[in-house]
Amino acid sequence: MSAIYILWLRELRRYARSRAQVVASLGQPLLYLLALGFGLGPVFQRAGEGSYVQFVAPGVIAMTVLFSSVLSGMGLLWDRQFGFLKETLVAPVPRIQVMLGRTLGGATVACIQGLLVAVVAFVAGFRVVDLRTLPLALLFMGLIAALFSAMGTAIGSAIENIQSFQLTMNFLVMPVFFLSGALFPLDHLPRVLSVITRIDPLAYGVDGLRIALIGRAAFGLALDGAVLVAVALALLGTGSYLFSKIEV
Amino acid sequence: MIRVENLVRQFGDFAAVDRISFEVGAGEIFAFLGPNGAGKTTTIKMLTTLLRPTAGAIEIDGLDVARDPHEVRRRFGIVFQDPSLDGDMTAYENMELHGVFYHVPRKVRAERTERLLRLFELWERRNDLVKMFSGGMKRRLEIARGLLHTPKILFLDEPTLGLDPQTRNQLWTHVKHLNQAEGVTVFLTTHYMDEADRVAQRIAIIDHGKIVALGSPQELKQQTGKESLEEAFLALTGSTIRDETANVSRDRLKTMAKLWENRR
Ligand SMILES: Nc1ncnc2c1ncn2[C@@H]1O[C@H](COP(=O)(O)OP(=O)(O)OP(=O)(O)O)[C@@H](O)[C@H]1O
Ligand SMILES: [Mg+2]
Repeated sequence: MSAIYILWLRELRRYARSRAQVVASLGQPLLYLLALGFGLGPVFQRAGEGSYVQFVAPGVIAMTVLFSSVLSGMGLLWDRQFGFLKETLVAPVPRIQVMLGRTLGGATVACIQGLLVAVVAFVAGFRVVDLRTLPLALLFMGLIAALFSAMGTAIGSAIENIQSFQLTMNFLVMPVFFLSGALFPLDHLPRVLSVITRIDPLAYGVDGLRIALIGRAAFGLALDGAVLVAVALALLGTGSYLFSKIEV
Repeated sequence: MIRVENLVRQFGDFAAVDRISFEVGAGEIFAFLGPNGAGKTTTIKMLTTLLRPTAGAIEIDGLDVARDPHEVRRRFGIVFQDPSLDGDMTAYENMELHGVFYHVPRKVRAERTERLLRLFELWERRNDLVKMFSGGMKRRLEIARGLLHTPKILFLDEPTLGLDPQTRNQLWTHVKHLNQAEGVTVFLTTHYMDEADRVAQRIAIIDHGKIVALGSPQELKQQTGKESLEEAFLALTGSTIRDETANVSRDRLKTMAKLWENRR
């Protein structure tokens, strides 16, 4: 058994044990899906954009993966608070492996959460256009999860207290979500907004998911994949560096 | 085995460890004693690669800690003063994770885990989540985990904190055995002078970040002309409580500022 594997397993065990938390964390996506899906549905339809539930479901799945992976990445802060971080930092395991194990674990958990929301969306009437592209959707979920778990770990390594966590959520994660086009189409946006959405990595994740699930594209598969992979690698690098500098 | 030269660690302007130098030989049991806030834990954190020194050099098993932290980490085991367990995992899982981290082969890992959990009377509770444990049980698990792999050097930062006399006795018997049978070098801190007197071959006394005395228990007693190590300790470090001067004053300032705000 390797250190990466046991740390990955740790994240999964913790997830499996926090059933109440799992249910609670599904509440928000559900609300978005149902309230927005049915609330904005008629308007969306009248604007000639088709079914809003179809449109928003990939966005809500992406949102779930985003929140879940950032949260687990930042679980680092709790490990610091409760002292477990010390145990991983003095161990004769290269810190890059510790970082990878945690990140992969967090990403896996985020994907499971995303799948749960996908099932709920199906119940709410969401239908995948072409079943053959489902593996592609999984791939994009994985990419989004890896990218934002790495981001969470990087942030968790750089900040020391839990108060800063709220700040990060409000000023980084929420904007990333709202500007990603998860809730609205990216075409016909005002110029400034259109530029901003293009530097939001989640926008490429949402687009990839939408292509795979409902066959609707804003950027295109190749660009989506390339941007996500590049940003994920950069964040993994940054995260490993910051993680290796942690003092407790 | 451990060589420390002019080691300094500052937090802001405050020097928690202030130019200390000492050596610990291979196979030695070395006690590092001092009042609260003297700088013991800070020193151990620097020795174990958790904190970077502000100045000075540390050598462990011939390796430069600053230059080769990863190799150094293969050489030691540590029981921390503060909690370091994962409360959301079971006792057994905590042990398992540690064993994997330290490359203990699967079979040996299972055997030793059982032996240590039995020794510290945790075997029956091995499948319970650690957050459900009492303080003493957590402490015992920390120790059992620290002893799972056999390192060249064992750091024990107040290992007996909050433990009953039975467990303390178990622990020191086991540590002495490790030292004699496997030649493990031990670096320990404790506030129980009788423990230090019983197990340590040499003792350094640190106060306000500086080493004020160093020698065998016998030598320290002779040097101060006292009967017991406790008396010698008090003679060397004074009998007033000088708990973390720097922080106390900072806290006081904060409290006063708050009072002032509330009045307005
Ligand atoms: N991260 C930190 N930031 C600021 N000050 C610190 C930090 N860590 C330790 N100190 C200060 O350094 C001094 C030495 O602390 P240390 O924990 O090394 O003491 P100690 O000898 O282990 O005491 P004790 O017997 O209470 O465990 C204390 O005044 C403490 O407040
Ligand atoms: Mg201490």
